[in-house]
Amino acid sequence: MSVKQISVFLENRPGALCEMTKVLADEAIDMRAFSLAETSEFGIARILVKDVYKAVTVLKDADYITSVSEAVAVAIPDVPGGLHSVIKAVADAGINLEYMYCFLGGKSGKAFLVCKVADVAAAESALSAKGAVLVEQDELAEL
Amino acid sequence: MERYYQPEIETASREQIRAWQDERLVKQVKHVWDNVPYYRKKMEDAGVCPEDIKGVDDIRKLPFVTKADLREGYPYGLLAEDLKNCVRIQSTSGTTGKRVVAFYTQHDIDLWEDCCARAITAAGGTNEDVCQVSYGYGLFTGGPGLNGGSHKVGCLTIPTSSGNTERQIMFIRDLNTTILCCTPSYAAYLGETMKEMGLSPEEIPLKAGIFGAEAWSEAMRQDIQKTMGIKAYDIYGLTELSGPGVAFECSAQTGMHINEDHFIAEVIDPDTLEPVPDGTYGELVFTAITKEAFPLIRYRTRDIVKLSHEPCPCGRTHVKMSKPRGRSDDMLIIRGVNVFPSQIETVLLNKGYPANYQIVVDRVNNTDTLDVQVEMTPEMFTDNMGEIAARQKDIVDGLKSMLGLKAKVSLVAPKSIVRSEGKAVRVIDKRKI
Repeated sequence: MSVKQISVFLENRPGALCEMTKVLADEAIDMRAFSLAETSEFGIARILVKDVYKAVTVLKDADYITSVSEAVAVAIPDVPGGLHSVIKAVADAGINLEYMYCFLGGKSGKAFLVCKVADVAAAESALSAKGAVLVEQDELAEL
Repeated sequence: MERYYQPEIETASREQIRAWQDERLVKQVKHVWDNVPYYRKKMEDAGVCPEDIKGVDDIRKLPFVTKADLREGYPYGLLAEDLKNCVRIQSTSGTTGKRVVAFYTQHDIDLWEDCCARAITAAGGTNEDVCQVSYGYGLFTGGPGLNGGSHKVGCLTIPTSSGNTERQIMFIRDLNTTILCCTPSYAAYLGETMKEMGLSPEEIPLKAGIFGAEAWSEAMRQDIQKTMGIKAYDIYGLTELSGPGVAFECSAQTGMHINEDHFIAEVIDPDTLEPVPDGTYGELVFTAITKEAFPLIRYRTRDIVKLSHEPCPCGRTHVKMSKPRGRSDDMLIIRGVNVFPSQIETVLLNKGYPANYQIVVDRVNNTDTLDVQVEMTPEMFTDNMGEIAARQKDIVDGLKSMLGLKAKVSLVAPKSIVRSEGKAVRVIDKRKI
């Protein structure tokens, strides 16, 4: 079920992110979600795209270091407590959330949550059991 | 079987070497006394005349020559021959101040090229080899020296000079280059590039490399050897003395044989100027006993090395010097601690990082700061911030135990540190002292 997330190593200095977004813009890469984590020294940009192969190739050609990993993407019910219900499902299953970020589906208007966990399958079955709507890589373009 | 370019010299008895040195030193001292007023004045000031020098035992009576003397004498002050007898000049890169201009007679060039030919032969070179000289040609001695040595050995010589990495690799592959001569940092870069092109060591025709002109560590040697599937040999030299080939490595790879028939080596304590015993690090001092045009007497190289007179399995009898631990010019004093860039390089390579790094020294609030910038590699990168931070800390700890200093380690983007085609710029010292 999961989605493929691209992580990109960035230096933490003015302009570093801009150089990378230019590469993506020049190659017309359509991003579905974007998140940036940083320390004082370096940062990691995390990106969801429809065509992972193309995005990784253009980044590599521009000398970026990337890694691709699986993450869980799940729709958040648009009601008070919607986020809590998703988080609780993961917590109840005893699964540790390494990090997470949200994005809005431009076409569906819905909010989605991307979760990084050690055991993707376990998290997905815990979420499915609670009736959560999971997103697959193939569905990203339609959101 | 070990091959020698000049076996009767390279494997001569210690007594024979000593006899050559005694005779040539006496002659050389007389030559500079007669022809170089600057030397005569220095010797008079030190209260010594040519008659006092009867052999190597008397060498310590002679005054030292330093880079400051060369600067003062620029350009003709230390010239010992008529200009009409000189056929060439070469010049230093000027990395440590003003350029030095050195003069050569045809005889000087001939002996210099012999020294380089010894180095190429020691690296396994014969007239069946293809030798690509990727050192810079021109004022820099690297290209001309190895070029001449390669001719003497009879190798098919490809004078690519430095730079144009794509063309370098094209020649290596198309012309089946077997011996590569360049700086170690450029060798590492060529290796890295060939690896990126998907070439395995088996697909690279090279068998040996002769890499010098800058300090490099044993770990870097292992790295280069592995990437290109070659044996990497060190070579040492100074423009002031001739150029590459003053000393060179043999198959034992445990130090560089100094060509003692041309150069008398001493190692001294740089503070007390007293000689230190074999096996103890000190400053290397050279006397060129066969040079005609630009003969330096007791020249303080600022290179920190140790000597070994232990018999070498290769059969050469000339004394061996260790890799310079760093030029005393390269040595940084950070918070009162002596730091050589080569020590930092050793830590990084041992931990699997590339040889591309840069050291930035600054002074903030009257305290020296040491920032070691290391390039991130795909193998090191992970999506997990904690793991990356742990790797960073691992380098900090490694540096701390090597140097006794806390350094900052910055992981920088791949290829963001400028690759050098000549001497690598490893240190940026921003301190204004």
